[in-house]
Amino acid sequence: VGPQGSSPPVPSLFPPLTVTSEQIEHLHRRFKQLSRDQLTIRKENFDSIPDLEFNPIRGKIVHAFFDKRNLRQESDGLVDEINFEDFLTIMSYFRPIEMNMDEEQLDRFRKEKLKFLFHMYDSDHDGKITVQEYRNVVEELLSGNPHLEKESARSIADGAMMEAASICAGQMGPDQVYEGITFEDFLKMWQGIDIETKMHVRFLNMETIAHCY
Amino acid sequence: DYQHVQVPFEITLWIMLASLAKIGFHLYNRLPSVVPESCLLIFVGLIMGGIIYGLNDKSPPVMDSDIFFLYLLPPIVLDAGYFMPSRPFFENMGTILLYAVVGTIWNVFGIGFSLYGICQVKAFHLQDVSLLHNLLFGSLIAAVDPVAVLAVFEEIHVNEKLHILVFGESLLNDAVTVVLYKLFRSFCEMPTIKSVDVFAGVGKFFVVGLGGILVGLTFGMTAAFTTRFTKDIRVIEPLFVFLYSYLSYLTAEMFHLSGIVAIIACAMGMKRYVEANISLKSHTTVKYFMKMWSSVSETLIFIFLGVSTIGENHEWNWPYICFTVIFCLIWRALGVLVLTFFVNRCHVNTVTSKDQFIIAYGGLRGAICFSLVFLLPDIHRKKLFIAATTVVILFTVFVQGMTIRPLVDLLAVKRKRESAPTVGEQIHIRFLDHLLAGIEDISGHWGQYYWKDKLEYFNSKYLQKILLRENDQPKSSIVLLYEKLERKHAIELAEAGQLGHTPSHPSLLPFGFLCSNSNKTVITDKNLEDTLNPDVLENIQEILARNLYRIRRRGPAYNRHTLPGDTEPVEHAKELLILRHKNL
Repeated sequence: VGPQGSSPPVPSLFPPLTVTSEQIEHLHRRFKQLSRDQLTIRKENFDSIPDLEFNPIRGKIVHAFFDKRNLRQESDGLVDEINFEDFLTIMSYFRPIEMNMDEEQLDRFRKEKLKFLFHMYDSDHDGKITVQEYRNVVEELLSGNPHLEKESARSIADGAMMEAASICAGQMGPDQVYEGITFEDFLKMWQGIDIETKMHVRFLNMETIAHCY
Repeated sequence: DYQHVQVPFEITLWIMLASLAKIGFHLYNRLPSVVPESCLLIFVGLIMGGIIYGLNDKSPPVMDSDIFFLYLLPPIVLDAGYFMPSRPFFENMGTILLYAVVGTIWNVFGIGFSLYGICQVKAFHLQDVSLLHNLLFGSLIAAVDPVAVLAVFEEIHVNEKLHILVFGESLLNDAVTVVLYKLFRSFCEMPTIKSVDVFAGVGKFFVVGLGGILVGLTFGMTAAFTTRFTKDIRVIEPLFVFLYSYLSYLTAEMFHLSGIVAIIACAMGMKRYVEANISLKSHTTVKYFMKMWSSVSETLIFIFLGVSTIGENHEWNWPYICFTVIFCLIWRALGVLVLTFFVNRCHVNTVTSKDQFIIAYGGLRGAICFSLVFLLPDIHRKKLFIAATTVVILFTVFVQGMTIRPLVDLLAVKRKRESAPTVGEQIHIRFLDHLLAGIEDISGHWGQYYWKDKLEYFNSKYLQKILLRENDQPKSSIVLLYEKLERKHAIELAEAGQLGHTPSHPSLLPFGFLCSNSNKTVITDKNLEDTLNPDVLENIQEILARNLYRIRRRGPAYNRHTLPGDTEPVEHAKELLILRHKNL
């Protein structure tokens, strides 16, 4: 199919990956660039992307690629290297919404994306976002501001955690302590933001860029 | 000695009349919800015009186009540009530009050619209206007016995206209108028209639009730079905002560029830096002055529209006028349909059919068309055009303006989300931004987030160092929102505390009770609102964070019974503190 010779196998993903073969070709080319023509990518390969350096949450993004939960594997933890199929799996979380989706598909679509985000926040893989993890997220986000003290970042995270708790607190029993944000609570928090349209990348004009690196 | 003070006196009287009329409407609570303010103001203008006509038996003073373009329009556009929510604006920029540029051109030529077709019909006695005149008329009547749109849409609160689409389009189509109007006008005076001239016209459009943006940005950056040094003279800080914006408008008009685009670019460009540099009080001053001026301008414009309608300036050729109205509606609807079809194909953020209807229906014409028609050269059928313009404006403002609200309700168009901003949301949005920028970098795709990221980087590395004051590096929007909310919480807590607390002596601060069980720092500031310097704020934050969060963890029992489903942290924090204090 492509000038490289072997066309990459289209993995059978659930739900079915409706990415065109052209896009898969582009991603395959990019994968080859990143992996330097090897079959797998490791964490170090991501260092070769210059623009990613300035991203405050780059650690979390790279981490997300190797997270077993995102790769739909049964176990927990991190893998050391990913192949093209895994790369595509991760990229599939960012596909744009389609015109002919019905309610149920849309809901599943949305949940998928939010699950990806949840895994990024929940770094110790216990299914809950605790205060400490939230603080970590805010600190990383605000790490670009050298003038901000750690205290402020912490108090912001605390305030946000309180807001989240107040949304989800109604269902708590009288003696329960609020431990962390579960996935259901997380869904509630994101209700106001239409993630289906926001969280996508258009894989359209990659032709020009692939030649530049 | 009336002659001496006549001009200022009359101006003040008109402004006074406008403001009194506004007060009058709001006294009757039901009226503004049924009839939009713009209609009422035109009505008042009509009455005034009728009175003047009756008294003097000659035509009342027509709104001078110069006064409109130089004095009345800039404040409104400045207000719109300064408070424009930049995020949705830039996210939908492609769509907005498409509607503004291509849509306006489509409308102009559509209306122009169809009216020319009507003129060919012998029965209407309109054969002397040439194609060029029709196109000229089309160019001024096709453009959607920002003043009218703002006046109507502000009251109906549709969802943000729809609002920004209609509004952004009405602002940006000025560039196209200016070019086409001037082009056709110069064609009217030229004996022959070569194709070179047409191409020059197209090129002129880019010059006008981009030149306007450039002028605006230059003045905006200069304004930001000036406010860097105003630390010791805070009183005149607001003045710079207005002066530079007005200068950018006038400079653009001087070079025959688009003044509206310039002033918007200026306002949007300087906003970020100016707000970081000027004091809180100056910021409030700027906000209120802008709102006041734009409000007065808008009121005056509508009243003058009403006044100018009465008089002998019109030639009532009803077929032409009726067809003008019909064609305006038809071509706008067609234009929106066709363009939206293209937009939905290449953009994920779809425009639904309900939205399309509102966009098409919300294409109101207003005072800009009116002033442009008075600026026409004295061609043979000028009065006909004036009459047609008046009827179209009155039709769109009255009929469309009044019926759009019931239609919005009927069609159940998505309304504005009325919820308080939360810090959590800001964090999430920011996180998403960085995530998407990172994914775009990884996939090697130069998309929206990539460029946004690059612009942010450029901004933080170079622009901020030049344009912002030395010590005040800007805070991220998360921090700003958090501080704003904290301030609000703190004030509310202080008020709640004052209800339950009897101060032993008047100088004891509202925060005395709050500090009593945690630490002994006494905050020696009299008035919370005035002097929130960083130390105080830090203390407040510390105290709040420590106390409130600990309260949450230890005593969730209160939550279950004192709160309904979704109350903000303020409410139960208030309750808890009052309860705790009672126990002390």
